Amino acid sequence: MSEHVMRPEIHRQAVDSAAFGIVQKPLSARERVFNHGGVRKGLLLIALALLWEGYARLLDNPLLFPAFSSMLEAFFEAIMSGTLPARAWVSVKVLLMGYGAGVFFAAVLTIIAITTRVGTDLLELLTSMFNPLPAIALLPLALLWFGLGNGSLVFVLIHSVLWAVALNTHSGFLSVSPTMRMVGRNYGLTGLSYVAQILIPAAFPSILTGLKIGWAFAWRTLIAAELVFGVSSGSGGLGWFIYENKNQLEIPAVFAGLFTVILIGLAVENVVFRSIEARTVRRWGMQS
Amino acid sequence: MIADARAARDGVGESPLPLLDVRGVTLQYKTSDHLVTATFRVHFQVFRSERFILLGPSGCGKSTLLKAVGGYLQPVEGEIRLKGELVNRPGPDRMMVFQEFDQLLPWKTVKENVLFPLCATGRFSRKAAEQRAMHYIAKVNLTKFADSLPHTLSGGMKQRVAIARGMAMEPDMLLMDEPFAALDALTRRKMQDELLMLWDETRFTVLFVTHSIPEAIKIGSRILLLSPHPGQVKAELNSLPRSGGEADPGALQALEHKIHAMLFADAVEAPTGTGVEA
Repeated sequence: MSEHVMRPEIHRQAVDSAAFGIVQKPLSARERVFNHGGVRKGLLLIALALLWEGYARLLDNPLLFPAFSSMLEAFFEAIMSGTLPARAWVSVKVLLMGYGAGVFFAAVLTIIAITTRVGTDLLELLTSMFNPLPAIALLPLALLWFGLGNGSLVFVLIHSVLWAVALNTHSGFLSVSPTMRMVGRNYGLTGLSYVAQILIPAAFPSILTGLKIGWAFAWRTLIAAELVFGVSSGSGGLGWFIYENKNQLEIPAVFAGLFTVILIGLAVENVVFRSIEARTVRRWGMQS
Repeated sequence: MIADARAARDGVGESPLPLLDVRGVTLQYKTSDHLVTATFRVHFQVFRSERFILLGPSGCGKSTLLKAVGGYLQPVEGEIRLKGELVNRPGPDRMMVFQEFDQLLPWKTVKENVLFPLCATGRFSRKAAEQRAMHYIAKVNLTKFADSLPHTLSGGMKQRVAIARGMAMEPDMLLMDEPFAALDALTRRKMQDELLMLWDETRFTVLFVTHSIPEAIKIGSRILLLSPHPGQVKAELNSLPRSGGEADPGALQALEHKIHAMLFADAVEAPTGTGVEA
């Protein structure tokens, strides 16, 4: 049996925070550079390009697999001659039309879906029916209905964007916390102002995901569609550029076309969507 | 005599017309396989400037009752009248303060959060609303954080913003649903004191839900005791008069025991509830 020793109480005076100045340690230069996501991704890109170059030189078969450097050469050549920018612009224009229309219809459909029960059923039914249907499978029909032209392309783009965006937006709306809904209704908000002021910002992480997926789907569909029916009224897009060059066995130019698709995709993802994210969901602490 | 004077100052003296009149209200809600009766023929009246507490154990339907007063839920029997008007939908004349910290809109700063209902209802001009918002933010000591976003604040600060938001509207009645339950004990105590200080300044009417007996006695001027499964009125008591912070410990303990005994008188009864905190 050990006697428990009563220890004395301790009292200390807290030091005033003004007395110890600023407590922080500066990051090293290496840490600061590496903290930048763009730098990390840039390094990865360079590594991938080097890998490509090395493998292509090892293979030494420029017809099947041209080196990164010859692809770059073809890329700059096509840019200088003005064909690639023109083709890219044609594609991007159609893409934006289709994407915009798809997002608009998705918004209409989801707003109907959250305000009425029949609307919910309709959305669920339509998305489960049409979401698995590849947009490209609708192209023959579209060509029949809208002819050889942008109309058909926009039609299949809407199909590829609409369901992905609508599905994500709707599930985002459903996951808004009951407390936040009650707060909105407490303010006396109803109908559209309730959707715009409470539901859309609260569901913004899901909506943004939907927009990103929709964007990727739209790109894929567009390039595939252009490969299938190629040129319309004398000015084809990137898909046509790729197809044309393949027929002429200009393989580095084929890669340059693919490279352009990748570049535009990277730019949209890392510049447009990233800055929307930084300004909204990250700033609001809804996403880390 | 001092107690009388204080009672008058505390606004316990009843004016002829009740602000809120809850008459024989029965509330039911559906779970996936049950129809749960949350409260059964509950009857009470709240007068202007009262701090009215709904007190009871889990499952007595106190939160459901508050939501019904908020207009989120229609009674299946009886009626709820605010200033004589039937309550049938949520509205900014009854501002809610919830227990959850996610009641602030994360995409708005503290100031915008307080400002938003003022502007959304269109009752104030932009400038007047802004002044008012800053006035109430100052009242809850958050002036320094007016431009911060909610996710950068602590739990207690978020609740203070929610209270400022509710009070800035100067609603007929502030509805508080266990607003301090998710806070740590020290912060909770501080918030209770602050709430009482705010009440001393503005004399708002508040309907406050809690399951803590000490909190009910400390915050409330009048306490409604509810029994569980389904919630029925057990008693309506006056709380202790506030005497410069701490109440007389003897009287406090006596009242605590009294309430405790009343709430748990039939605790031996088999717990038949679904366990849903209504």
